[in-house]
Amino acid sequence: MAQIFHPASNPYSRLSILAAALLAGGGVGLMMAFERSPYRTNEGVVYEQPIPFSHDHHTAALGIDCRYCHNTVERAASANIPATEVCMNCHIEIWKDSPMLEPVRASFRDDEPIEWFRVHDLPDFVYFDHSIHVAKGVGCETCHGDVTEMPLIARGASLQMSWCLDCHRNPERYVRPPEEVFNFDWERPDDDPEYGAKLVAAAGIEDEQRLTSCSTCHR
Amino acid sequence: MADATLDVERRIIGPGHDSDSVTRQISEIPYGTTPKWIFAIWAVGLVLVMVLLMSIAKLVFVGTGVWGLNVPVAWGFAIINLVWWIGIGHAGTLISAILLLLNQQWRTSINRFAEAMTLFAVSCAVIFPVLHVGRPWLAPYWLLPYPNTMGVWPNFRSPLIWDVFAISTYFMVSALFWYTGLVPDLATMRDRAKNRWLRIIYGVLSFGWRGSARHWHNYEKAYLLLAGLSTPLVLSVHSVISFDFSVSQLPGWHATIFPPYFVAGAIFAGFAMVLLLTIPVRKAFHLEDFITSRHLQNMANLMLVTGLIVSYGYASEFFFAWYSGNPFEIFAIAENRPFGPYQYHWMSLIFCNFIAIQALWFKKVRTSPLALFVISCIVTVGMWLERFVIVVISLHRDFLPSSWDMFTGTRWDWGLYLGTVGFFLCMMFLFVRFVPMIAMFEMKTLLPEAKVKEDAHG
Repeated sequence: MAQIFHPASNPYSRLSILAAALLAGGGVGLMMAFERSPYRTNEGVVYEQPIPFSHDHHTAALGIDCRYCHNTVERAASANIPATEVCMNCHIEIWKDSPMLEPVRASFRDDEPIEWFRVHDLPDFVYFDHSIHVAKGVGCETCHGDVTEMPLIARGASLQMSWCLDCHRNPERYVRPPEEVFNFDWERPDDDPEYGAKLVAAAGIEDEQRLTSCSTCHR
Repeated sequence: MADATLDVERRIIGPGHDSDSVTRQISEIPYGTTPKWIFAIWAVGLVLVMVLLMSIAKLVFVGTGVWGLNVPVAWGFAIINLVWWIGIGHAGTLISAILLLLNQQWRTSINRFAEAMTLFAVSCAVIFPVLHVGRPWLAPYWLLPYPNTMGVWPNFRSPLIWDVFAISTYFMVSALFWYTGLVPDLATMRDRAKNRWLRIIYGVLSFGWRGSARHWHNYEKAYLLLAGLSTPLVLSVHSVISFDFSVSQLPGWHATIFPPYFVAGAIFAGFAMVLLLTIPVRKAFHLEDFITSRHLQNMANLMLVTGLIVSYGYASEFFFAWYSGNPFEIFAIAENRPFGPYQYHWMSLIFCNFIAIQALWFKKVRTSPLALFVISCIVTVGMWLERFVIVVISLHRDFLPSSWDMFTGTRWDWGLYLGTVGFFLCMMFLFVRFVPMIAMFEMKTLLPEAKVKEDAHG
């Protein structure tokens, strides 16, 4: 009987075993990488906003404190998006004829809030509270990235659950002294290995059991 | 051994066969024309598969509320059917692995059939736990441990995650075992193919098997190793399934007898299903020479033994309830089962799994295919009832009488269940139609001519 397959097809059949393993492994790996990519998490992605507001300019250049606009961050769950009136405190005098700021003035005139696009948007089943994080020494920068260098705001982290848990499992790696929370130039001293643990103890941060309990975040 | 073919009761292969006739008769089934009755079975099966797809669609779009579940009975048909199907698969593994290691030659003509049954039964089984999570598309990260973006792992202390490992291992090993045993026969099919396409398809599937001494040497080694791997699975898989119940604290579930009792029940149900399928197939394809009366008798014996072990399990549950002195245990086992609102389910169970199988003590019954077929039907129903009794009766009257409730399967429960039966039928008969259902090369080792040569060498 004639041969069905030429002997040259042998290497192909062997390669196909390798290919199957690579395809299966590579496929899973690719999917996992995709899930973590900015394409899925929107980390570092800049959105179009009604006004090209620059955090870089207002903080680093002008020296305005975070809390001037995000005034409820120490007291409430939400850090607060400032009302148009807060913008107008300054812009009634400065750049008052700038065409770029026309939406702000229009909002003020018509008493219609500006519709900002929310960049750091957690799922609704997560109960996140800014005040407790700020009180216990989680810096703005830790989650939002170096906002003082962002001319246009972008998501500072993936906001995936594993990212939350990184800190909830090891808060000592991330916390800072409470007075440094709003300081974007703060650098962690690297001479004391117990530094983080001391801060955790001083701030009275609860143990991992409590921090990673389901109902701490999902209520 | 040679005169064994003459003894009608004892022989495991009919008289007058040689290598050629064995190959011819078995390979004729895939290469012949499709018998009309197979189309009828496929038609029924495919209608049921449509019902299955519809039930799945309904479940996915609406949610698990379409099932008859309620708060005390939070586990219903899904878990009953999972255990039922997995149990049915067990005969295949027992036949192929344990009987091989025990050198039981009669396993040869039924092992491939039973192993195929295992694969399809496990496929049906996994549908249920995946669907009962409610959002099956999220099942991978609930069930499989992999570094996910949530930074959490499944709960390794939960028996449900043990199930995932038990069942996936079982499926993989069974599939490997089945396919390895199939390779030499696929090569035979390739060599007997009459057209080029079939030759290429079977050629690819047979991995270039040429039947050289080296091939056979590797094959024997691989097959034996896989048999060794499968053997513990016969015992472990259903033990792990039984942990779903026995690890909990519910009276009626929390019993140390569960693992052995489940394993015996699985083999019991499995042999019933093998008999249920081989009896008509053997008749339709005139395979009486290969699946002889002795095969049916042996399976009937195994069914009787495992059935009695299962009955012992029922009895010991009563004994332990009494012996524990625990009023809740006594209520759940000795009052609520035989006298509660589901007493007829329990009585039918005792009839199916204990009383009906007593007929197997009689040789007349064991040698009658029709009687065996009927008893197998009864046992298959009985084993489903057993899981119903364990799951529903134990749950529906839990610790808090104010939450007691009754459970009835809805049409979607039944649709899903019957749908998997249809899927199973379709797959089984596709297998019968396209794959040599009896291991041709292994049958040849049973032939008198093989023995004569062996004797001459010895």
